[in-house]
Amino acid sequence: MIDRAGFMRASAGFGAGLILAFELPGCAKDADTARNVKEFVPNAWVRIAPDGTVTVVLSKSEMGQGVVMGLATIVAEELDAAIEHVRTEFAPAEPVYGDPGFGGDMVTGGSTSVSHSWSTLRKAGATARAMLVAAAAQQWKVDATSCTTRQSVIYHATSQRQASYGSVAEAAAGVPVPQSVPLKTTAQFSLIGKPRQRTDVPPKVNGTCQYGIDVRVPGMVYAAIARSPVFGGRVKHYDARNAKKISGVLQTVEVSNGVAVVAKNTWAAFQGRDALEIVWNEGQNATVSTDSLFAEAEHLARGRIGERLAASRGNPEAVSGTVIDAMYRGPFLAHATMEPMNATADVRDGRCTVWAPTQVQLRARALASKASGLPPEQCTIHTTFLGGGFGRRLEADYVQEAVEVSKAIGGPVKVMWSREDDTQHDFYRPMSVNTVRGVVAGGAIVALTHQVVSPSWLRRWFPAGMKNGVDVLDVLEVIDAPYAIPNFRATYIDHEHGIPVGSWRAPDANWNGFVTESFMDELAHAARADPLAFRLAHMEKSPRAAAVLRLAAEKAGWGQNQAGVAQGLAVTAWAGSFGAMVVDVSIEKKLPKVHRVVSAVDCGTVINPDIVVQQAQGATNFGLSAALTGKITLSKGRVEQSNFYDYTVLRLADAPAIEVHVVPSNETPTGIGEICTPPIAPAVGNALFALTGKRVRTLPFSDALV
Amino acid sequence: MISITVNGTRHDLEVPPDMPLLWVIRDELGMTGTKFGCGVAQCGCCTVHVDGKATRSCVMPVSAASGKQIHTIESLSNDNSHPIQRAWVAEQVPQCGYCQSGQIMAAAALLKRVAGEPSDAEISNAMTNICRCGTYDRIRSAIHRAARQA
Repeated sequence: MIDRAGFMRASAGFGAGLILAFELPGCAKDADTARNVKEFVPNAWVRIAPDGTVTVVLSKSEMGQGVVMGLATIVAEELDAAIEHVRTEFAPAEPVYGDPGFGGDMVTGGSTSVSHSWSTLRKAGATARAMLVAAAAQQWKVDATSCTTRQSVIYHATSQRQASYGSVAEAAAGVPVPQSVPLKTTAQFSLIGKPRQRTDVPPKVNGTCQYGIDVRVPGMVYAAIARSPVFGGRVKHYDARNAKKISGVLQTVEVSNGVAVVAKNTWAAFQGRDALEIVWNEGQNATVSTDSLFAEAEHLARGRIGERLAASRGNPEAVSGTVIDAMYRGPFLAHATMEPMNATADVRDGRCTVWAPTQVQLRARALASKASGLPPEQCTIHTTFLGGGFGRRLEADYVQEAVEVSKAIGGPVKVMWSREDDTQHDFYRPMSVNTVRGVVAGGAIVALTHQVVSPSWLRRWFPAGMKNGVDVLDVLEVIDAPYAIPNFRATYIDHEHGIPVGSWRAPDANWNGFVTESFMDELAHAARADPLAFRLAHMEKSPRAAAVLRLAAEKAGWGQNQAGVAQGLAVTAWAGSFGAMVVDVSIEKKLPKVHRVVSAVDCGTVINPDIVVQQAQGATNFGLSAALTGKITLSKGRVEQSNFYDYTVLRLADAPAIEVHVVPSNETPTGIGEICTPPIAPAVGNALFALTGKRVRTLPFSDALV
Repeated sequence: MISITVNGTRHDLEVPPDMPLLWVIRDELGMTGTKFGCGVAQCGCCTVHVDGKATRSCVMPVSAASGKQIHTIESLSNDNSHPIQRAWVAEQVPQCGYCQSGQIMAAAALLKRVAGEPSDAEISNAMTNICRCGTYDRIRSAIHRAARQA
């Protein structure tokens, strides 16, 4: 918890004082009327205006996962605020808003927004409440403990007095900040756990919610950048004569990753960019293809070259039984957020101002500083709403280039990516080759080895995530799978190559979960056991995982197959949560057709039940989309896909009905944004096996069923 | 000079005739509710109504829109009272929300075109817009709800 004095010191660094000059460019109707009034600012997270408006400052970005509602609810709960008086704004890029769970970095990712904010925001709300109560008690000359609060009002029952939060806000500012405050018990919650409509929904049904692409700054121009089609390539020389003939094109500037065409509007910028004639120095990736990378990965796998031990118990080689060997291959995937990458930057007069849909404000600021040559304190990052994140916006490459262009032209510019730019210049879900061997005896797994060959993105993004050469995320759903197996070994080979890789919804678990849960099915069949009973027999030490699996199976009616439709199931863990699902699958047009998904999730204490359901549904469809047809391939160092006609994604006609059952829990809240992405692909693959007898070990399914 | 009529207001613009309607609406008129997603009529983020028909504005040259009635998300209602908007709120459809202007315009056109409540097959055929947050199940429910309440 940042105390008030600490926050005042920190906030002095960003100039505008406590009431930030920038009004969030989104949901404009939420804009408070309190900007020019004196607010009570007990800490960095909450402010209370004399008119009773409560402002909750969000250090997490809203990319669809519901933090605007979820985090505001946590503060309002402990503050006893009337939720309809609560507004939110996105925090500036300042260390005070860093997440200790990410080493002080500002990161919205890993399904951690609620779990990492839970205790901080509860204390922030409770502290503010205690100070408001103390101020009222002082005025009334009564004991603060004899006062109660409800709906932003303080009551003193014996003297029958009451005061609104707004009316004592100014007085509360003079109250010493308490060192410790009591928090509510679960039984005292009046907001947490109750369904409530999202406050960010109304602006999202009338076009007023503002995303990065919607930022408009006076005098702003537009730019598009031609980036090297081969990763790591550089401009050798270029000819801009044809580009400059395009109506609306203003100028071209070379930036570190290519050539920018600056224009009066986005269309002219795109046209001008396409008219550039550039000769590239393609660099060392010019001959890379997905075939060559998979051959390389399999070579590393078979030779166990550079293999590092991630986990080990017993001796998998010392036991005998029925041995099953398998190799699984996972493709690169693009994120394909609906809002293509973009950023608006204004570098002028010793200041750098950026508006961006970002999941990493401090990293964006660091890159803005680097690109502008200005110290970080002179760089401001305004976070807009995000038109999807899924991990792509954990990179701030698009901020850096916008700042470079703005610096070069000396004014505000929005750099807009086309869908082709977005598809071909992503930080992809890494390709992987997983080698598994299981030994089954007496109806149980007696040994399992699992080797992961995959390029680490943490090595670049969060080096502390490398432990003895093992990327800790790259072995998720391998070392932490919920099964007790006496002889076990997990190993990892970091397949370094020059293709950019990054976080993608439920990073690395989204692929390893497919391997682990498909292979569990292979082992169950080798043991001639029912896949559900076989899993449960190995889950005695994982009661919460077993509970969601049982619940999903029960709700789906596991074992009741209809003709032509097969069931499949899977269970995985992520960010402290558990998710299981049963799917009904048939085959239509050489693709699995998923008719229904029945899932069960356990994410501890639920803040807002409907947001949990939304996220479970969305994460399922995200995983299903990739599993069905998702695949990025490379030829001559270039991505072969370019837009939604060749990087196809799930549409409504193919989207299943998704039923979500939430396990009631008083445990500490854990993540819900990603837990349902890993289990969907193996559940579908397991259903396909039940239907066809064919085991699919290489995704997407569209390649397997040709 | 090209004249277009958007949400009942006529605009005379100095723009190249091949500029897509989407960029005229967004960059020239400053109306940002209509979104860019793909530029090739694949995703439907840019869906507007042209003479009442759901149209992907990213591939429609502004010259082709001249003389027609263009309606964008901004024209549905002033207060989220359009049956589709009410249904979208009731079903809590949006997550990131970026595609929803297009989804809503496509759904509004569908309800105008179909008498009574559309079937699931009609919804599947008409609603080809992409949503990466995966709100499809709720979009389907919201269209049924809106049709019943309209």
